[in-house]
Amino acid sequence: MGRLLGAVIILITVASVWLFANPRWWFPHAITEHGPAYDSQFMLTIIVVGVAFVVAQVALGIAVWRYGAKGERGERAVYTHGNNRLEMIWTAITALIFISVALLGQRVWARLHFYEAPADSARVHVVAQQFQWNFHYPGADGQFGHTDPKLVKDSELNFVGLDETDPAAKDDQVVTTLVVPVNRPVELTLMSKDVTHSIWVPETRFKQDLVPGMSIKVHYTPNETGKFELACAELCGQLHFKMKSYLLVVPQDVHAALMQLPQAQFAARVTQLLKEYPLAIEKAQQTASATR
Amino acid sequence: MATTVGTKGVVATGTGERVGTRAARGTGLDGSGKRTGGGGKPYPPGGGGDERARDETLPHYRIGMWVAVATILMLFMALTSAYVFRAAVAGWEKLQTPSWLWVSTAVILASSVVFELARKSAHRDDRAGYRRWLVVVIALGFVFLASQLLAWRELVAQGVYLATNPHSSFFYVLSSLHGLHFLGGICGLCFLLVKSRRATLYTGEDERVIKLRRSAAADAVGIYWHFMDGLWVYLFVLLFLWR
Amino acid sequence: MEEVTQVEAHASAEAAHAHGHHAPPSGFIRKYVFSLDHKVIGIQYLFLAMFSAFTGMIMSLLMRFQLTWSGTAIKGLGVLFKIGAPGGHMSPEFYLSLVTMHGTMMVFFVLTTAPQGGFGNYMLPIQVGAEDMAFPRLNMLSFWVTLVGLLVLVTAIFVEGSTSFSLSVNPTSSLAQFANTYLGGGGSGTIGPIGGWTGYPPLSALGKITGPGQGAGVTIWAASIAIFCIGSLLGALNFITTLLNMRCRGMSLMRMPLTCWSWFTTAILALLAFPVLLAAIVLLVLDRTAGTSFFVPAGEVFNDAVLPHKGGSPILWQHLFWFFGHPEVYIAILPGMGVTSHLLSTFARRPVFGYRAMVFAMFGIGLLGFFVWGHHMFVSGMSPYTGMAFSVLTLSIGVPSAIKTFNWLGTIWGGKLRFPTPMLFALGFVSLFVAGGITGLVLGQTTLDLAMHDTYFVLAHFHLVMGVAAIFGIFAGVYFWFPKMFGRMMNDTLGKIHFFMSFIGVYGIFMPMHSMGVVGMPRRYAAFTEYAFLAKLHPLVLFVTISAFFTAAAQLIFLFNFFWSLFKGRKAGDNPWEATTLEWVIPSPPPFDNFAGNVPTVYRGPYEFSVPGAPEDFILQTTPDTEISEAGRDPAQAREQGVGETGNGYNGRH
Repeated sequence: MGRLLGAVIILITVASVWLFANPRWWFPHAITEHGPAYDSQFMLTIIVVGVAFVVAQVALGIAVWRYGAKGERGERAVYTHGNNRLEMIWTAITALIFISVALLGQRVWARLHFYEAPADSARVHVVAQQFQWNFHYPGADGQFGHTDPKLVKDSELNFVGLDETDPAAKDDQVVTTLVVPVNRPVELTLMSKDVTHSIWVPETRFKQDLVPGMSIKVHYTPNETGKFELACAELCGQLHFKMKSYLLVVPQDVHAALMQLPQAQFAARVTQLLKEYPLAIEKAQQTASATR
Repeated sequence: MATTVGTKGVVATGTGERVGTRAARGTGLDGSGKRTGGGGKPYPPGGGGDERARDETLPHYRIGMWVAVATILMLFMALTSAYVFRAAVAGWEKLQTPSWLWVSTAVILASSVVFELARKSAHRDDRAGYRRWLVVVIALGFVFLASQLLAWRELVAQGVYLATNPHSSFFYVLSSLHGLHFLGGICGLCFLLVKSRRATLYTGEDERVIKLRRSAAADAVGIYWHFMDGLWVYLFVLLFLWR
Repeated sequence: MEEVTQVEAHASAEAAHAHGHHAPPSGFIRKYVFSLDHKVIGIQYLFLAMFSAFTGMIMSLLMRFQLTWSGTAIKGLGVLFKIGAPGGHMSPEFYLSLVTMHGTMMVFFVLTTAPQGGFGNYMLPIQVGAEDMAFPRLNMLSFWVTLVGLLVLVTAIFVEGSTSFSLSVNPTSSLAQFANTYLGGGGSGTIGPIGGWTGYPPLSALGKITGPGQGAGVTIWAASIAIFCIGSLLGALNFITTLLNMRCRGMSLMRMPLTCWSWFTTAILALLAFPVLLAAIVLLVLDRTAGTSFFVPAGEVFNDAVLPHKGGSPILWQHLFWFFGHPEVYIAILPGMGVTSHLLSTFARRPVFGYRAMVFAMFGIGLLGFFVWGHHMFVSGMSPYTGMAFSVLTLSIGVPSAIKTFNWLGTIWGGKLRFPTPMLFALGFVSLFVAGGITGLVLGQTTLDLAMHDTYFVLAHFHLVMGVAAIFGIFAGVYFWFPKMFGRMMNDTLGKIHFFMSFIGVYGIFMPMHSMGVVGMPRRYAAFTEYAFLAKLHPLVLFVTISAFFTAAAQLIFLFNFFWSLFKGRKAGDNPWEATTLEWVIPSPPPFDNFAGNVPTVYRGPYEFSVPGAPEDFILQTTPDTEISEAGRDPAQAREQGVGETGNGYNGRH
């Protein structure tokens, strides 16, 4: 029985390691500046985790394999209540490893969250509502018009409650797609009209909740153009699984031209851009199958 | 049976709490099972370590009460931390202190003092005095609840209800939860009062036990009562005097 | 704390006046239904947990079915849930209500109830040498309160939500078209609450306007949790008092079995954590029903109308909830750790390696558990500096956890391992605890949480560690104590089949979920049909579902084995495992007041196995040293005296 259990444990360990080592089920290619740093921190952690996992499972496997009771019944196990020195050593080693990993794990976080967005960032207000993403752009003047929850009128497509009387609001554009320039910091101001949502594009290695009653400013810098799926990652109700949008990262000149357009043309142009760009993930799969 | 016949040594275990470490170093026995010294002192009669005999019902109530107090304290700590958290958020407006609350606070403080008088009487074995003071404490308890209700009415007269603003919400929630727990304290006092009617609390037991039981019950209720008192003062200070 | 010691000192002075043993009750109702006997109450808790576990499991199978074959109808389901699953097609809100109910039921009514309410209730008084709990009436009350909580929760499943939900999104969007065709324009109504077991407001705080499944069901769900909190608090109070005050002569704290330590720690955690949940629930229910604004901010817009709420904070709920929620994880897992330590020692025939370290690690885990709740909230909008502090504290919890693992390995290393079913489950616990716990190293880092938060990686992590590891601890306990509880052995062959199928099955379920999380699959999606990046995960999704059904099949074997053994199992002796603690010195099943009036005296620590020179490879806690030395001289005489198979029992006192 001990041998069987030992073998099963070892087999499970091998299968688990294989699963993690399989590139098919890994992150999509990162498209933000902090992405590679994120990936290497993940890799480092997963190696530490993997080694600890394998060592513990193999030790368990060996122990049950080796120390299964057999032979004479009279034979006794080694009688000991422990070993303080051993105890101290392994406590110190784990503490050291875990705390260093914990400290290393703050670097990307600090870079993203401890600083304000640079002044030249492209700014977008994200206003989530149940099962729809609204992205509010400042327009040609670079100023966001005044918004007020009282003015929200979904039936008239005023999803963010834009105040038409505010001159700064005249050129503002609101669409359901996030369009940002490449290689330029993007500052998102995250708001929600109703319940908590969370913005999640796997390729950006970034996630943040949109909490009603708060406007949370975040920033990152995309460094590759393309079209990426944008999902809601915080349970927001019945159709949570369908609360989908796209992140479009476009060249800076395309973006600059786009921002000059008034609402109607803006929306049309965004639709056109959405068609122009294939989904990055599908493109990657096609390339992969082509090379194969 | 794999024991070496003729082993004289006593097995190296059981010197109280040191069981783990001492035996771990294997100092108790050598391979042959003989005592090699350093294995600890001889066992005290009755099995060493903890000589404490079995306890019985009396102190349960005190321990149980302390535990209950801890958990009620956590409930109020959670609510008051929520209060502090919320008070720091913008758009916080504060109520005026309802004047009846000063009365409540005075009454509840007085009730604690009177309760101590009752307990003193119990320890002196002055049953009449004990009962008299208990009645006063219970009366003060009801006065406290009445004056809390009057404080609510004061707010209602100003048009301040549960949902009027966050401060009023917290005040109503905290004062009613406190009131509810306080009512439990009054029940405890009534229990003491009922039990004190009989010279013997439990028939067929001797005088000493009765006294012990009475003071244990009084102690347990006392812990709760004073806690309710302190809790109210804390809530009052936090809700109306802080900031 | 000082007061307590004084109280204890008092206690010894008053000890002379032992109160009379309460007489065993007669009549079926007093004996088996409204029983004051901690053993009956423990078994009641176990059956409650078993019912909840199987209900929860069926829910999880339905969820797997929906995720793998969305759009395929299940015939009978449409009959049971006409609105939630019309024609057997699960609606998204039905799926989410399954998610919510599965979580609530498993976390509260299985993982909190079985190890603590069940085994703790049954075994703690016996293992410390008491006749019953300190407050038997309170004990009965806490069970019945818990049962009421469960019944209330079950009714929440069958509450049908409104159909007046209207979606206000861009009418040209595919979403609106979907709503029109699929939901018949105005929403289909639903069953049960759909906010997840974490019930984040404002989704859970605003009622029907937030969509189907947010009506009366949520209020009932909240009420159920509040009731459960009260039941657990009463239980915890009882556990702590019993352990502090009812230990028999010689049972010093450091001679308690590690199971008792784990129940004690768990009770302390429950005592401090549940009131916080209760507070949060009270505020949530007021927000729902009385229009207060504790968790609902100002300026909420639904259907073009601004709600009158004054400006509360959704994050406040998360703070309160996770302040409870994280210790809750340890409430679920610590008793499993205790049982595992106990069993590894028993079946490795070796003392626990580093008993003291185990106790301190357990307390360390419990204590640190109160300071790490923020790691559930890194991306919630909490201050990033706070997040960093929580992150470092979180990873430091790995240290006591690692100590436990090392000590478990140290216990079996060099032992003479026996492999009856309970031992297999205990070893399985170690394996799963490592597999599930170690990924906390990933999720505890603020940076890595940026991508991992609320993905299947999280699901895999907590299911492995607080779900199946804890369940393995429960199974270990069931197989181990079944002979004591019912006087019969469970079938070992069936038990082993159950173990191996479950062990392989749960790894098959949860290991691939890590990969899904790495790819980015979000939790709580009613279907994965909408996103291209999830498409390639379909083989894994299918594999997980197959594993889930495989594992579920194994549980049927357990169910059969359990009930079959209850009536037909081989008769068990007093001490079938040759174990050392107090429950094994009394008959199986134990008499009404556990020790039949002969209160035991304890002479040694709980894990004296393979002591050199002792007649057997185990020494009962009640065996005085004199008997061992005499027995050592003459084994035959020892057998006569009863040292050995059945133990010499509980006559040490007189």
